[in-house]
Amino acid sequence: MTAWAIEVEALSKSFGRNRALSNIDLKIGRGEHVIVFGPNGAGKTTLVKVLSTLSKPSSGTVRVDGEDIRSDPVKVRRRISLVSHDTFLYDNLTVYENLRFYGKMHDVPDLEENVREVIARVRLEPRLHDRVGILSHGMQQRVSIARAIIHNPSILFLDEPEAGLDPQAVVMLRDVLESVNTPERTIVMTTHNLRQGVEMGDRVVILDRGKIVYQASRDDIDTVNFYEIYQSYTGTGE
Amino acid sequence: MRGSLSKVLAIFWKDILLEIRTKESVTAILVFALLVLVIFNFAFEPETATMNLVAPGILWVAFTFAGVLGLNRVFAIERENSRLAGLLLCPIDPMLIYWGKLLGSFTFMFAIEIIVTPIFLVLLNLPLFLPRLLLIIVLATLGFTSVGTLFSALANNIRARDIMLPILFLPIVVPVIIAAVEATALVLQSSPWGDMMTWLQIMIAFDIIYLVVATLVFQYVVEG
Amino acid sequence: MDAKGALKHYALVGLGFALMVAALYMVFIYVPTDKNTGAVQRIFYFHVPLAWIGFLAFFVVFVCSILYLTKRDVRWDTIASASAEVGVVFTSLVLITGSVWAKAAWGIWWTWDARLTATLVLWFTYVAYLLVRHYVTEDSQRARLSAVLGIVGFIDVPVVALAVMLWRTQHPGAIIFEGGLVPSMLFTLIVCIVAFTVLYFVLVAQSTRLKNMEADIRNIKDIRMD
Repeated sequence: MTAWAIEVEALSKSFGRNRALSNIDLKIGRGEHVIVFGPNGAGKTTLVKVLSTLSKPSSGTVRVDGEDIRSDPVKVRRRISLVSHDTFLYDNLTVYENLRFYGKMHDVPDLEENVREVIARVRLEPRLHDRVGILSHGMQQRVSIARAIIHNPSILFLDEPEAGLDPQAVVMLRDVLESVNTPERTIVMTTHNLRQGVEMGDRVVILDRGKIVYQASRDDIDTVNFYEIYQSYTGTGE
Repeated sequence: MRGSLSKVLAIFWKDILLEIRTKESVTAILVFALLVLVIFNFAFEPETATMNLVAPGILWVAFTFAGVLGLNRVFAIERENSRLAGLLLCPIDPMLIYWGKLLGSFTFMFAIEIIVTPIFLVLLNLPLFLPRLLLIIVLATLGFTSVGTLFSALANNIRARDIMLPILFLPIVVPVIIAAVEATALVLQSSPWGDMMTWLQIMIAFDIIYLVVATLVFQYVVEG
Repeated sequence: MDAKGALKHYALVGLGFALMVAALYMVFIYVPTDKNTGAVQRIFYFHVPLAWIGFLAFFVVFVCSILYLTKRDVRWDTIASASAEVGVVFTSLVLITGSVWAKAAWGIWWTWDARLTATLVLWFTYVAYLLVRHYVTEDSQRARLSAVLGIVGFIDVPVVALAVMLWRTQHPGAIIFEGGLVPSMLFTLIVCIVAFTVLYFVLVAQSTRLKNMEADIRNIKDIRMD
């Protein structure tokens, strides 16, 4: 068992002529919460897609929980999960049916119990038998989180989960994320929200034009002035 | 192994549930298939002799066109909310996704054929009880959907997906169409079993070849 | 291209040119006129090689598709796309020369026999392959998806030929392209087949080189921009 939850070495990813990621080196420990910032087009989503096995690296190695994602992606997928702006949910099925489906796809034992447990964690029990399509986007995101944790992944990826949510929903989302937090669960989250993001993480990483331009543990940075730090490293204002 | 089967069935059941919930696709495609039959009836001289000659062709053209529409849907439903990505994040061999989708598209197309065929036979005053026709329909539909499910996933990636699917699909299934039409003609003429054997064999060979090939290459179509 | 490669290339072009000249001489001057169908039969000596190349080209697409998917070297994809472009032209010419010849010699433009139908299906498969390549802009996705089509499409060709052959025994139609060959005709035909095969290789090699150079230029431009 390696000490690292995620080990990235010299990762590069190109889409044809577009170099989305260049030579990324990153090590994330178990239980760490890493927040990735960066302007649009920096490569945040690409990075998350590669780490979560949705996209193959063009070069370099990525090890998740000790497993090389190229050699056994199926094994890696048992232990990870992704929440993104897209919910991966079926609008015409109920919350219950969606969760049962994903539970089955992940070989979750005692499925009935686990479905009820995760829906309670995201505080949506009363909506369990409603069609996902009639829920607000904020509630759909919470169901998506329930979907993501139903198989108890040791690593949770979040790609701008609060995108498209109104401020109240964002607060609710943060609460839910904290409630699904477990000490052993590693979290990697990308976000545009500098203030909230910095408060949520143990470590911050700034990505710009496919490269890591800044990394620091939260204790070492002045969270109040993080905005200035961000601006200086990316040359943009957000 | 058991885990794999239950995942294939889970995908299949999800697709069935989705169709039952909305019922929109099956109704629309059913109506379309019947319209094709009707239009073909007007395309030919209404004498019985002509009709009996062209009847098998009409039936299979209707099924082919309706089939293409149905196949478009197979992976189109996975586009919204990035559901295909959701499936690919599951610890599942991609070929199981193919098989789950295949069961769904086969059932969908078969359901339409089961409803359209008796109507067709009635419209042309042909005998209704034809169990051999059922066998032909099963084999041909398996051929269509084995290739079609693969190409539905492929075309899903392309901008002009709705027109690309038939362009990809139709040349490949020419052998199935030939065999199905010929075999159907023999059934309608009440020919003995033996005459039909070659055509059934072609369909069976096609089905086996393409089920194997599609299973092997499907992963390359959906990988990132 | 280094000196040795250039030498090999020009040797091939030279050989092809020489063979073509020989072939043209043989077709138009050396070989006797066909007794049954007359002068127009000479199209045969072009038609058959074109047909053979049409199928060879797609076989190359098939093999390169498998090699690309297993090895992921983009050069296999480049060869496949070059072969498809040459192949579709040759196959189109087969259909055209065949129709012209059939009309002049036997009075009909077309018949649904195994060879013609299989060639037509092959043509459609080429078109589908090239359309996929046209619509998918991202390089690795384009290579991957067209490789799948290259594999599935090629397997179909013999199945179609078989099905149509059986169909024809049920519904015999006009019979064309039959007849024996005297030795001089056979010899001419063989020279033509070899000449066209060399032409195919020259064209594919040229096209592949060109595409590789285009890719290199794009890469240099991108590195400059970084």
